[in-house]
Amino acid sequence: MSEEIKNIKKLIVNQALELDCGKIIKNFPVAYETYGTLNKNKDNAILAFHALTGDQFCTNINPITKREGWWKFAVGPGKAIDTNKYFVICANVLGGCMGSYGPKEINPETNKLFRTTFPVITIRDMVKAQKYLLDYLNIKKLLSVVGGSMGGMQVLQFAALYPNLAHSAIPIACSASHSAQNIALNELGRQAIMADPNWKKENSSPDKGLAVARMAAHITYLSKKGLEEKFGRKLQDKGSLKFSFDADFQIESYLRYQGATFVDRFDANSYLYITRAMDYFDLEKQFKGNLSHAFRDNKSKFCVISFSSDWLYPTIENKEIVIALNACGANVGFVEINSDKGHDSFLLNVPEFLRTISEFISSTHNEIKNEKRI
Amino acid sequence: MKKEFEVISKIIENNKRVLDVGCGDGTLMEYLKNNQQNDVRGLEPQKNLAQKCISKGLSVIEGDAEKDLLQFPKKSFDYVVLSQTLQAFFEPEKVLDQLLRIGKQTIVSIPNFGYWKVRLHLLFKGTMPVTKNLPNEWYNTPNLHMCTIKDFVNFCNKKNIKIGKSMCLTNEKISEINKGNIGYKNVFSQLGIFLIE
Repeated sequence: MSEEIKNIKKLIVNQALELDCGKIIKNFPVAYETYGTLNKNKDNAILAFHALTGDQFCTNINPITKREGWWKFAVGPGKAIDTNKYFVICANVLGGCMGSYGPKEINPETNKLFRTTFPVITIRDMVKAQKYLLDYLNIKKLLSVVGGSMGGMQVLQFAALYPNLAHSAIPIACSASHSAQNIALNELGRQAIMADPNWKKENSSPDKGLAVARMAAHITYLSKKGLEEKFGRKLQDKGSLKFSFDADFQIESYLRYQGATFVDRFDANSYLYITRAMDYFDLEKQFKGNLSHAFRDNKSKFCVISFSSDWLYPTIENKEIVIALNACGANVGFVEINSDKGHDSFLLNVPEFLRTISEFISSTHNEIKNEKRI
Repeated sequence: MKKEFEVISKIIENNKRVLDVGCGDGTLMEYLKNNQQNDVRGLEPQKNLAQKCISKGLSVIEGDAEKDLLQFPKKSFDYVVLSQTLQAFFEPEKVLDQLLRIGKQTIVSIPNFGYWKVRLHLLFKGTMPVTKNLPNEWYNTPNLHMCTIKDFVNFCNKKNIKIGKSMCLTNEKISEINKGNIGYKNVFSQLGIFLIE
């Protein structure tokens, strides 16, 4: 796998970036992927931010994991974010494990893997790192920044850092400040990893702990109704209860499978670092207790989207963003999409959701084209 | 576009900030945006309509005017529009207070319950009026607080709300309401449109 990782696209940032923790990093890689073609006017570029366990391969087959991209329903030719029309950029976040600077990389000072000696990073650090990529691609203004969950937090942070760099912004199923419930759930995952005796051993990985973390997190991405409909109390083998602790129920077996396949593609320390970055995210605090100040000078058109059955980033938290945007007179639209698929809805085939982003982006693109004509 | 929207859009000057409360599918918003260069926002309680607006590129928030107007700052819009919805709120008085707070000026239209067909319906049939403008039965109507043109004017006077313009629609024809003709208009008009502040 490491050989293949060497061949993926990377920008080596040679400027120094001062992280929120105070440490300075330089000559660090930002792994990225692009889809579609940048047009002559350079007005069709969309920056898509990935969520906790995503990566730069948002669509097509991921060359490393050989699995389909995490946003295959939304991004691609003829899809909602149509790569026949738009140039989609997606980068692996700082702290990630798909080629960007993270705990899985080698520390040049010690020639050993960083592991937990990697500096603690924040959502703001992640966004700043991706800004270098825009400079490198020579994109002055994006058509849109878009992302769900932690990707949505990056959208908000991007809007706060660079008020004039995107015509539109689509934060999906996210929050401007990570809630106590979300911090608690992330801590559960981290403790599962750290409780695995392999976590501290140099040449092994805490697969069991990481799998448990993933299983717990996966439950939070679904809704009760969705679980009922998909699994109910259905048994794995049609027969009867086995009176043991094997996976009797289909839901158990499903979660075990989710856990087991996750450890093949994700680094446990990255999981620690990225969940920490999410927990530290508090845009309201960044702007001294007034969230609307984060968007004060922003001219972007916002489209905030939540899902009815998402209890991890519920509609009410998404609406806080809308309220802050309205309070400063920003240009904002908001819809809650009906879906039983929970937080995961933004990754799945939810036609109303896909149609909304597709038409929102295309109407924004048309407005830009018309403005230029005038 | 329906006559009522023509009247409303004529009241609104170009290049102004407008909030359309209960914007429906965004017909009026689109017109104002494309023809009068207004900076328009909308609020719409129905999911499918709000989605339709966003798809058209209109900045519409899915929300309920009785709760969601609070988030807008004082006098943050030049005009706030409320078309034929006042009567459907649980607390129309509170909603109106919010509209007046947010907008420098507010345009409100109301279906006139004093219209002669409505009166005759109740008088002769003895049942709750069902007309073209008020198509629902008493048991499924969203209209909780029907009023007449006269009621609305009296209400504004009582609350010291300044009426800048008052107009009415009679069979798709627009005319002004004044002190002299209000009794007449209250019988013959289907719709009242008011600019208040």
